[in-house]
Amino acid sequence: MKKKALLIDITKCVGCQQCAIACKEQNNLPDIEETKLSATAYTVVEERGEHYVRRLCMHCNEPTCVSVCPVGAFEKTPEGAVLYDEYKCIGCRYCMMACPFQVPRYEWYSTTPRVQKCRMCIERVRDGKVPACVQACETGASQFGEYYQMLQIAHQTIKAEPDKYVNHIYGEKEVGGTSVLYISDVPFEKIGFKTNLGTVPLPEYTWKALSKIPSVVLVGGTLLYGIWWITSRRKEVIEYERKLKEQKNEEEEG
Amino acid sequence: MKNSFLSKLTFWKGFAIIVLIIAAYAVFVRFTNGLGAATNLKDEFPWGLWIGFDILCGVGLAAGGFTLCGIVYIFNIKSFKPIIRPAVLTAFLGYLLVIAALLIDLGRPYRIWHAIIMWNPKSVMFEVAWCVMLYTTVLALEFSPAVFEKLKWNFPLKIIKSITIPLVILGVILSTLHQSSLGSLYLIVPNKLYAFWYSSLLPVFFFLSALTIGFAMVIIESYLSSRAFNKQLELPLLIRLGQVIPILLLIQLVIKVIDFADRGVFNLLLVPRTETYLFYIEMLFAIFIPMFMLFSKKIRYSRAGLFYASLFAVLGFILNRMNVSITGMEAGSGTTYTPHWMEYFITLGIVTLGFIAFSYAVKYLNVFEKSPEAEVTESPVVTSVKQLEIQVNK
Repeated sequence: MKKKALLIDITKCVGCQQCAIACKEQNNLPDIEETKLSATAYTVVEERGEHYVRRLCMHCNEPTCVSVCPVGAFEKTPEGAVLYDEYKCIGCRYCMMACPFQVPRYEWYSTTPRVQKCRMCIERVRDGKVPACVQACETGASQFGEYYQMLQIAHQTIKAEPDKYVNHIYGEKEVGGTSVLYISDVPFEKIGFKTNLGTVPLPEYTWKALSKIPSVVLVGGTLLYGIWWITSRRKEVIEYERKLKEQKNEEEEG
Repeated sequence: MKNSFLSKLTFWKGFAIIVLIIAAYAVFVRFTNGLGAATNLKDEFPWGLWIGFDILCGVGLAAGGFTLCGIVYIFNIKSFKPIIRPAVLTAFLGYLLVIAALLIDLGRPYRIWHAIIMWNPKSVMFEVAWCVMLYTTVLALEFSPAVFEKLKWNFPLKIIKSITIPLVILGVILSTLHQSSLGSLYLIVPNKLYAFWYSSLLPVFFFLSALTIGFAMVIIESYLSSRAFNKQLELPLLIRLGQVIPILLLIQLVIKVIDFADRGVFNLLLVPRTETYLFYIEMLFAIFIPMFMLFSKKIRYSRAGLFYASLFAVLGFILNRMNVSITGMEAGSGTTYTPHWMEYFITLGIVTLGFIAFSYAVKYLNVFEKSPEAEVTESPVVTSVKQLEIQVNK
């Protein structure tokens, strides 16, 4: 299965919330209107000034959540979806703390809480269908397809109307790229996007430290053993010399 | 005189009972109604007081265990042996309490064993989990001679004594990894943690500050124990520890300055915002005040001076961990967080349990008395700085 992507054209979104409604239906979530992402709303359209911005999991190419989870409860599928396995999760919430897009939500009032977020309708995608939200979109603001095709469409759209669109595909390079791409007619920082994330996948920062563990163990262990050997040897020598001296003294006295 | 001491004791006993009852209620609420009912945690701010104080500070303040073990067994400076047991006990209890806090904080604590069979070596949390498990085991073994002696179980005692050196080496390595990995936890949030605290050197800072605070904690706990349990204070030993602290603080200061220069964040020191003020207070307590106090011989050679310098260092250390885990994360997370009163009481309850466990261990086990084969370095009552100096340099 080839890698997929969602392309969201902010200029086309009218804030009808059909995507959010379809998402709730698809995922059997309680039918209540929500304005923010929550454990029962995997996608919402937020009003930001005169623009509508749909939020959902960005499905990063090198997901932070996948890297930080101590029990490997997250996986990045070949389709590009980032999935969560509630049967592995121990509830440390490191995924939530680490996510640069602040997407994962928690069931705070449950005694068996789960992390919740968009699943890219993985079953539908595997059946060759598009995610429920894209299906529901009537204005074409959300498109779904093969990753490189979506990227190409994004580039072409910007190129076709360079006066309308800003020359930035949000998600093309952010934290190493994501499987959700946005194009817009206003700079992204003006409609609440985080544009300071950089292009380096965040797990790399951690890996720089983690990869040093074997050398810390080996060098540290050897060093400590060496110090112990030297200090205890020195003690032995001192003790031995003291005994020698005592013997000598005794002999002289005797 | 004696009466007032007794009434003081019952005051603290009463205080402890009330705290524990309220904490028990809070734990009940947390486990029957979920984390949301007992905490002010939220999706944008999922880690709060329990991670910041109970875990980050708890592990750091337990660092005296591995530093003293290293000094006595690896560097063979046996004169420190009289204070090693209380330090190991503090570390062991500290780790048990950290685990207790973790079990309350985890959404599904009954799955904590998942980390043993479901591996993700790319996760710092995975490393942290293994360090906690292994080092707690090492600490239990390191403290076990006190229990075996009491029970007069000579065979296991012999076995433990024969593996002391490998055990201590393992303990030092695991501690090094664990202390630094708590800093590494925050390497993944360069865009959330404020620039004063986010640095690729976070693991180094966490390790060095833990090393320092381990010594400060040994001083504090010896000082308090000598008053609470009417035992003699090992002042010459503590003075020697007090000599090391300012050097370690100076090293941290130098690395911090280099780090700031490297990242070009000195200009942020002039930006008027909460983080700036908190950083100044942190530096004052965590570095400057204890450093200048302990570089002064006069202060270092007095028990009160040693105690207060260490206390300031510990306060600064706690502020540092809170800044990294809470205050430094608020702006970057686009939200604010103030702990729920239940969060405070559960934390307070855990600390109280620690004090109670410590005093029971002291009561029933050989914690302060020298173990049978320990070298006798009976320190005579010291009257002058000169005499002290002779003992310190001995």
